[in-house]
Amino acid sequence: MTGADTILHMQGITKTFPGVKALQDVTLDVRQGEIHAICGENGAGKSTLMKVLSGVYPHGSYDGEIIFAGEPCRFSGIRDSESRGIVIIHQELALASNLSIAENIFLGNERASRGFIDWNKTNAAAADLLRRVGLRENPTTQVIDLGVGKQQLVEIAKALSKEVRLLILDEPTAALNDEDSEHLLDLLRGLRDEGITCVIISHKLNEVMAIADRVTILRDGRTIKTMSIVDDEVTEDKIISGMVGRDLDHRFPPHESHVGEEVLRIEDWTVHSPTQHGRVVVREANLNVRRGEIVGLAGLMGAGRTELAMSVFGRSYGVNISGRVFKDGKEVHLRSVREAIDHGIAYATEDRKRYGLNLIEDIKRNVSAAGLRKIAKSGWVDDNEEFKVADEYRQSMNIKAPSVASVTGKLSGGNQQKVVLSKWIFTDPDVLILDEPTRGIDVGAKYEIYTIINRLADEGKGVLVISSELPELLGLCDRIYTLSEGRITGEVSRADATQEGLMTLMTIGQEVAR
Amino acid sequence: MTSVAPTNADLALGTPSASEPGDSPRRFNFNLRQSGIYIAFALIVLLFTVLTGGDMLAPQNISNIVVQNSYILILAIGMIMVIIAGHIDLSVGSVVAATGAFAAVMMVNWDVPWPIALIVTLIFGGVIGAWQGYWIAYFGIPAFIVTLAGMLLFRAVTLMILGNRGIGPFPDEVRTLANGFTDGYLGNIGLGALGGADFFSILVGLLAVAAIVYTQWRTRAARQHYLQAVEPLPLFIAKIAIAAVILMFVIIQLARFRNLPWVLVLLAALVIGYSVMTNKAVFGRQIYAVGGNLQAATLSGVKVKSVVFWLFVNMGVLSALAGIIFAGRLNQANPTAGNAFELDAIAAAFIGGAAVQGGVGKVVGAITGGLIMGVINNGMSLIGAPSEQVMLVKGAVLLAAVAFDVWTKRRSGASR
Repeated sequence: MTGADTILHMQGITKTFPGVKALQDVTLDVRQGEIHAICGENGAGKSTLMKVLSGVYPHGSYDGEIIFAGEPCRFSGIRDSESRGIVIIHQELALASNLSIAENIFLGNERASRGFIDWNKTNAAAADLLRRVGLRENPTTQVIDLGVGKQQLVEIAKALSKEVRLLILDEPTAALNDEDSEHLLDLLRGLRDEGITCVIISHKLNEVMAIADRVTILRDGRTIKTMSIVDDEVTEDKIISGMVGRDLDHRFPPHESHVGEEVLRIEDWTVHSPTQHGRVVVREANLNVRRGEIVGLAGLMGAGRTELAMSVFGRSYGVNISGRVFKDGKEVHLRSVREAIDHGIAYATEDRKRYGLNLIEDIKRNVSAAGLRKIAKSGWVDDNEEFKVADEYRQSMNIKAPSVASVTGKLSGGNQQKVVLSKWIFTDPDVLILDEPTRGIDVGAKYEIYTIINRLADEGKGVLVISSELPELLGLCDRIYTLSEGRITGEVSRADATQEGLMTLMTIGQEVAR
Repeated sequence: MTSVAPTNADLALGTPSASEPGDSPRRFNFNLRQSGIYIAFALIVLLFTVLTGGDMLAPQNISNIVVQNSYILILAIGMIMVIIAGHIDLSVGSVVAATGAFAAVMMVNWDVPWPIALIVTLIFGGVIGAWQGYWIAYFGIPAFIVTLAGMLLFRAVTLMILGNRGIGPFPDEVRTLANGFTDGYLGNIGLGALGGADFFSILVGLLAVAAIVYTQWRTRAARQHYLQAVEPLPLFIAKIAIAAVILMFVIIQLARFRNLPWVLVLLAALVIGYSVMTNKAVFGRQIYAVGGNLQAATLSGVKVKSVVFWLFVNMGVLSALAGIIFAGRLNQANPTAGNAFELDAIAAAFIGGAAVQGGVGKVVGAITGGLIMGVINNGMSLIGAPSEQVMLVKGAVLLAAVAFDVWTKRRSGASR
């Protein structure tokens, strides 16, 4: 059972989404006054677990038990968990950028008397909190004028204002530079010494090693193990082997690639963030794809995979993009999505609901969306031809829907993904960039998607697969690039690739890569 | 979805969903949402026919409803397309006034021949639309703000052109377009108890029926050729028969009065043209794509900014057309012309099934929405209701129509 110094005990947590078991019988023990790291691949269930803990998923939407400070908890929402002293700071900061620091800190928790805000009290209390987190700013400064690192500190100050007992940080340093990260880690140590317990989710294993007392590893929605950094002599390798220990039990269709000429090459590709001035998202990336070849791009969340792909695809992401793109050996300038499509490049997004499909339209209009001109004569669409084309894809891709007039919003994830793939295959591309092609879909549909990808390669197309699932890349790809913090850190052939090797390359810090 | 432009006669038909066996388990819902508006229209017409003792459907009254609402209906065509793309245009009333004033100055003060003045006015409307489209599409200001500013700007332009007085009268041709009727080219024929009717009008009606039968039959045949499911033959025939009967009834009533209003001919052409465009043209498809999911459209290679820009240009041209017709009908360009027209046009689009989030809507729906309001206006004035009651009913209808839309959407969402 739980020890005397256990502040949080989560027992048998199971959370299912339609078609996917996100958490399965997860156990988590956090001791009073420790920094507890949670590690795992993308999709391992870390964020879901924290959302269960903080009440984002209310009691009743999951199975299992949460015991906090000795009492069983049934949170109905975030406010409920916050009132008990559990505060979560999300990766995407949730500050109102046009309000001042002080207003943000006390948002929803205003220092007021008789319904009127006492601004002197508010600003004075905010100044105290800012001192505690080591942020030298005037409490009346607007948050929009602060860098990300300082905004992170404001979030922590906000948490402290709620008399936090358990602070959860989701990837707190993902967007920070080294100096800000170092300051943040120091601050967390200081908070630990004040008796505040921290749970930190991080992909940066060197950070975990530097700061955590204990680490829990999740994999595929299950707890693998909890280790004490000192007592169990934890090393980064030990964590990695826990994270990737998944066996290749997914079935992959047998496939032999017939690799031909180079079809796409990217040289010295550098992309800057459109929202954070001066931040480099992709740095001097070089990669190539050949006809008939399936190339993988592995990287953890925030490594810049999607950003790399989208910036190549007609500059749909990023600013100050530099570098060169070669198609069939000739340099091309892809200034718009239209130009990218015309040059035979297709990009199937990782977020099909937001970026891939018009969910209120039917299958046929989604399938034809990117290649509409192929079934149009001088600007007029032949809708019978459209129906025919869409129906052919419905059959060849095995889209399970009664007819192509079914609305895509009502299809399952796997079938939606097949519609997205149909849309891009219909443009008859030479290169397909598939971003997380099997995210959120069940095993059976995954197998079908793999088969489709193999078929595309056999037709002589180059395929670049971006995936968080290492076994998927190992089972599918001829060659795998690894990306870490915007840099290509490795290129491994299928024969040489192992999950541990890839994970090591994916977690290389900037210092090492430099 | 009919691939041929639905005509006025299609109003009472709804959309054939029998060709969509996929949705058969919830076909009723689906049908209700799509065709609810046409059923509502039929019920409202029926209600007022009863309340007015048949005056509602009298020859002169039908003619009045068409002529009195023509400019709102023209605006509604442009507005529904803007709304489908996820935008709004609050300036159309002021643009109607400004273009009407511009046309009047050209025709009356400068003696510009009317065909040239008409074309120049349409171009002027297009330029106004381009101005607004630029700020919305390329500069990125929400349409609500740009057109709110436009509402003030173009009212000011109107006042500058007119100097606070009306300009008229317009040339006869323009008045005829706005207010006139086709001539009795072929004389009258007797219709027994109904009395005499214009033979030409009836001939046009018969040709229209023939055209509907032909195009619908061809569409059906083409679908069968592509092995698509089509509705059963009896249903198909019944639908066409209903359409033909309604169309011929309206035509005969008009033929008994003063023949076909020219604006009806113009409107029919616009409705057919824009329906086909929104359904079958690449540009039309892109409007729905932009409104349905902006990001997905962008990533599918749709030039989103250009689509939005041209939609506002189009809205400007249609506003200019409405401006000429409105001024021609009053035989005077007036500084207060077009007041609150934007609200009527927007209401028509939403009553006609447009979704607040964009991506959904049909030209025929907006026309039906506009006619519902026109019939309510007309019917209530026939029974002598005061104007505050008319406003009350119109407000309630608008709210009910959108509430119905939200409700059906939520229900279908819940059953997902």
